[in-house]
Amino acid sequence: MAVAQKTPSADTKPVADFSKEQELTAYRTMLTIRRFEEKAGQMYGMGLIGGFCHLYIGQEAVVVGMQMVLKDGDQIITGYRDHGHMLATGMEAKGVMAELTGRAHGYSKGKGGSMHMFSVEKGFYGGHGIVGAQVPLGTGLAFANRYRGNDNVSVTYFGDGAANQGQVYESFNMSELWKLPVIYVIENNRYAMGTSITRSSAEVNLSRRGLSFNIPGDQVDGMDVRAVKAAGEKAAQWCRSGKGPYILEMLTYRYRGHSMSDPAKYRTREEVDEVRTHHDPIDMARQRILEKKFASEDALKKIDGEVRDVINEAAEFATHDPEPEVSELYTDVYR
Amino acid sequence: MPTEVLMPALSPTMEKGNLAKWLKKEGDKVKSGDVIAEIETDKATMEVEAVDEGTLGKILVPEGTADVAVNTPIAVILGEGEDKGAIRATKPVQQQKAAESAPPAKAEKSQAKVQEAPAPQTASDPDIPEGTEMVTMTMREALRDAMAEEMRRDKDVFVMGEEVAEYQGAYKVTQSLLQEFGAKRVIDTPITEHGFAGLGIGAALAGLKPVVEFMTFNFAMQAIDQVINSAAKTLYMSGGQMGCQIVFRGPNGAAARVAAQHSQDYSAWYSHVPGLKVIAPSTAADAKGLLKAAIRDLNPVIFLENEILYGHSSPVPKLDDFVLPIGKAKIVRPGNDVTIVSWSMGMTYALKAADELAGEGIDAEVIDLRTIKPMDTETIVTSVQKTARLVTVEEGWQQSGVGAEIAARVMEKAFDYLDAPVARVSGKDVPMPYAANLEKLALPSVADVVEAAKAVCYR
Repeated sequence: MAVAQKTPSADTKPVADFSKEQELTAYRTMLTIRRFEEKAGQMYGMGLIGGFCHLYIGQEAVVVGMQMVLKDGDQIITGYRDHGHMLATGMEAKGVMAELTGRAHGYSKGKGGSMHMFSVEKGFYGGHGIVGAQVPLGTGLAFANRYRGNDNVSVTYFGDGAANQGQVYESFNMSELWKLPVIYVIENNRYAMGTSITRSSAEVNLSRRGLSFNIPGDQVDGMDVRAVKAAGEKAAQWCRSGKGPYILEMLTYRYRGHSMSDPAKYRTREEVDEVRTHHDPIDMARQRILEKKFASEDALKKIDGEVRDVINEAAEFATHDPEPEVSELYTDVYR
Repeated sequence: MPTEVLMPALSPTMEKGNLAKWLKKEGDKVKSGDVIAEIETDKATMEVEAVDEGTLGKILVPEGTADVAVNTPIAVILGEGEDKGAIRATKPVQQQKAAESAPPAKAEKSQAKVQEAPAPQTASDPDIPEGTEMVTMTMREALRDAMAEEMRRDKDVFVMGEEVAEYQGAYKVTQSLLQEFGAKRVIDTPITEHGFAGLGIGAALAGLKPVVEFMTFNFAMQAIDQVINSAAKTLYMSGGQMGCQIVFRGPNGAAARVAAQHSQDYSAWYSHVPGLKVIAPSTAADAKGLLKAAIRDLNPVIFLENEILYGHSSPVPKLDDFVLPIGKAKIVRPGNDVTIVSWSMGMTYALKAADELAGEGIDAEVIDLRTIKPMDTETIVTSVQKTARLVTVEEGWQQSGVGAEIAARVMEKAFDYLDAPVARVSGKDVPMPYAANLEKLALPSVADVVEAAKAVCYR
């Protein structure tokens, strides 16, 4: 029987401490994603959200840490587990939730759904439903940066499952060949749907997947937002200085199933509980904040309340926003 | 206020399930995200989470209960300072479902009926001013000139593909572009169709205007997921926010003696897909005017060329900026007895057949479709209303082909005008054979077109 990869160790590398402001901002954003996803799960259960719905719970530190190193004009693109990425870029919870419920004021006017959302304004290029397809697309975003001669980077996220798609390696080859500024962030949550990485991958250290293309890669504790940011900074600097692509393998974990209809037969509850109890990115941030007296219990409670209000408001909006006009059926096919 | 925990659905089709197990008991503290119960159906199990922070005040449905309807309250969570007295009588709460908030299905249906896909509006060919000098050139040169002119006009236009730069194009279509525009804008890619098609689309999403050459469209099957799922659909999926201005071009269809894997016509494949435009010119002038239009078009365009036609010469107007409208067919030869519709290589059979038919007293009208999607149905229907007979000619396979689509449209819009069933001349329903004699048989011929035209004229 295959053995799942060991729980990521939080101490593989020393991590620079966050300032008070950084800790609190990261905490609030991670909590917003967590609460949003919990609410989305509930609304799915109530039949308000249809189709597929892939929750990001457990992986929050990855997008929040990466977002902290980005600047205006940088691009973000990912696969179908994309709600967290959108919230991290600053897209509004209301618009994302209304898209999940298929309503007129969703980010895609209700025509995209959970897996297909975009924001030109926030540099979010989707939201792609075909596993691995976002990798050449993200490489193309980086190509555009290089073509225009700016120092922006494309952050191209994909999972351990997508890491076995051929087009990923076609992209690696071209990005290194042409020195394109792309950070490939591999979110290794250990399971491609229900297939553990040891059952799907000949080389489970995904940070090494760029070796034969001469792309450097680091393995990062993706449960620690500080470690993510530190690694992201190093990679971004590499890309911005014209050295080409960089791979960051984020060791992370998803608490929920692959999608809402996951039978949860492929891993034990003990495994999930172990990560939840000892490595939760939000609990750890909270603990640090209290230990360093960056905020009191009461102050954190106030943040929790504010986050909850934002999410409840989004849910309320997404529940009552009208469905798209019938006339929208034929718009946006061509322009 | 106490918060009710509802029986969740595992999928949109689930109506009820079993409450397998309570993991928390009454009086336990819970916080948002805590798993409090397990539910199951015959297909899967799912964890129920606390929806809010508080105390599990009351379990309304005991574990082991089967067939609990979705959205039935199964427990109540009490907030800070609340006690059990706050729990209301346990009547099921009606949850507003998405479908209920929508207008009634009936009304929607009638609305949908009047709501038809808008018909494409396309301007006619621009008039070529009298006295315009015509320059005879090959389609290969016309295509090259079109790209060069557009690259001079717009620095966001670039060309990429296998052997487009230093080799000067596998079929010499990109000849001398590297010399004029440099390696930044004329880019040799590795042999990696899926990858560079996706990369080109990504660059287009970021606002550049790539012209992606496939050495032949046969190899584009490696990339068809990106073309359809990423290029064609993103505008719609983004609610109109993010589009993709990109041209995929290269030779399509049978060349000569290259057998099954290198001889396939993709006209029907791409024209099936909303979001794509599909162009397949047969003359040098159309190739130039339409490729320039394709590069300027804001949508993804599939530009199907033909290897045999690359070397064919025809006159091209010598104008500073000769751009043709996409979606407009052209009556190449007016006639009264039968309409023959074709495009690209098929036009060579159609025109020769028309000459032969004239010798036998049949006056054929020949229409060059030029754009497969959006299709200029109006020009075809108007012609059929005059001739009452229709033959389509294509190199592709017959089933679900472009000819089948034309026949269906004519049946829908000009049924009463037809004096004979529509005849389709097409490639035979076999992979392309290598042997010269068999290859010839597998492709349509002038004789096939003549025979079909005579048949619909009952001659």
